[in-house]
Amino acid sequence: MARQINWQLLFKVVFLSLFLVFTVFPLYWIFITSLKPTKDMFSLPIHYSQETITFENYINIFKISNFDIYIMNSLILSIVAGFFSLIIATLSGYVLARFEFKGKTQVIFAFFITQMIPLFIGLAPLYLLMSKLQLLNKLPSLMLMYSVMMVPFCTVIMKGFFERIPSSLEEAAMIDGCSRMAALFKVIIPVMLPGIAATFIFAFVQCWNELFLAIMFIDKEEAKTIPVAMNSFITKFDIDWGAMSAATVLSVIPTLILFAFAQKYIVEGMTQGSVKG
Amino acid sequence: MKTQTETVTERSLPSFSISRHGLFIFLCLLPALLLVTVFIYYPLFKGVVMAFQSYSLFDLSNIEFIGLENFKTVMADSAFKESLINSFYWVFFSLLPQFLIGFIVALLLRRKFRGRGIYQAFIFFPWAMSGFLIGLIWRWMLNGQAGVINDLLIKLNIIDTAIPFLADPTWAMVSVIVANVWYGITFFAIMILAALQSIPDELYEAAKIDGANYIQQLFKVTIPYILPTLIVTTLLRVIWILNFPDLIYSLTNGGPAGSTHILSTFMLEKLIYGQNYGQAAAVGVILIFILLFFSIFYLLATKFNKAGDF
Repeated sequence: MARQINWQLLFKVVFLSLFLVFTVFPLYWIFITSLKPTKDMFSLPIHYSQETITFENYINIFKISNFDIYIMNSLILSIVAGFFSLIIATLSGYVLARFEFKGKTQVIFAFFITQMIPLFIGLAPLYLLMSKLQLLNKLPSLMLMYSVMMVPFCTVIMKGFFERIPSSLEEAAMIDGCSRMAALFKVIIPVMLPGIAATFIFAFVQCWNELFLAIMFIDKEEAKTIPVAMNSFITKFDIDWGAMSAATVLSVIPTLILFAFAQKYIVEGMTQGSVKG
Repeated sequence: MKTQTETVTERSLPSFSISRHGLFIFLCLLPALLLVTVFIYYPLFKGVVMAFQSYSLFDLSNIEFIGLENFKTVMADSAFKESLINSFYWVFFSLLPQFLIGFIVALLLRRKFRGRGIYQAFIFFPWAMSGFLIGLIWRWMLNGQAGVINDLLIKLNIIDTAIPFLADPTWAMVSVIVANVWYGITFFAIMILAALQSIPDELYEAAKIDGANYIQQLFKVTIPYILPTLIVTTLLRVIWILNFPDLIYSLTNGGPAGSTHILSTFMLEKLIYGQNYGQAAAVGVILIFILLFFSIFYLLATKFNKAGDF
């Protein structure tokens, strides 16, 4: 048999493999670090796999900080904000997908703009607003803000999902005697449940990760979220890398699991909704 | 019900009149618009106003309209100039590799192969992470004492002695850019891949009949077809790269000596550490202007006029 090299295939395999290593390695490395005993943290030579695994870093972050509280806070916050933005975005996404009306372009544009401007300009006024509403150092301040921040993007994604469902579906239900709202919730929503789940997960992950609003609004231990707590782990001169790597792994795991589950739908929704040629 | 959906092949256009459904439309949009107006647009407007006021948290009793004073102070600051120049490096050198590698990855993933789904899940995960965490992870990997990057480079015989990545101004800039490239390739890969999958196969078949090779197909079929996606994706990415300070914040926090500050981290520093809201807002307004000019110029240059409706 003649030896023939398929250069295209070779390139593909080599490139994709190298890229996989490039992408996965940082996460692998922080994971390995989190399993190292503190005395080995800076010891040389560096080992690329860890023989003596210890969970002391994980135990430590719960000892030196209220990590359980931070996890609960982040969890409650992300779920509430995710649901709230989902409900609002479902309504607005539905209307934008189904109706032609005056000012529709402007509404879409108003949502679009929020993705393009540096929202930090509004950070100081928001701080003052929250202090007037007496919401500083309380989770509802973040629940409110995260919901609001997620609404524009979720609306666009939901609009994309709605547009893929023929409107004759709810028209049929309405002829059968359903009101429009009943048709929406009884007929359309069940059909697009995977898309809705993906949108919720997207919002959840974003809220789970948010840092700067949380830094501005939250200073008290009992209301800290995971990113805020991790930010306060960074002292000016030194970082306890054992604790930090364990905290990183703990804060990444839920989002990675959710994202792996939903990425297919998120990609679909994003491209359907956000970038149509 | 199910059989009805299956027979529908084309999306029927809404045929409702405004008057009948006006109230319904209004009520559905109201919560979203109200919240966005009160909690995004109002603070934003207030922030722009603050740029013209002497608004410092240390001296709240003394808030006055001071015209362009904040802008003058900020622009005279050498740290501002440095972060302005850094911003351009940061955007340009982050964007180019992200775009090219993301494009290649998307092209290679276009055709289905065994394990593609798992592969995608693995390479798409940076998107689920925050810039803050990514900055932290890279900060550990680039650590001067026990950094794995130095160790790898030495083992691969690329360098002889360890590089002080985060202590040297030039290397610090290279470091934040590499971390940002790592973060952003995924976004391009996702968007371009999705666009590629929308190209009808007939176009390629026609090109093949005409005798076009792979490169010709790429430039004659693929790129023209997905050009709108490429343009919008690049625009969005530039805006996000400029607007999001979290990666630099946790990786170098602008250091050493301001060498990795970009406008948004500079603004954040004024806001969080300086508590000078007026000056921070002035930087923000300048940032908005830069983004605006860039967007208009970019859209005109690419003769693309559909960005407004996503």
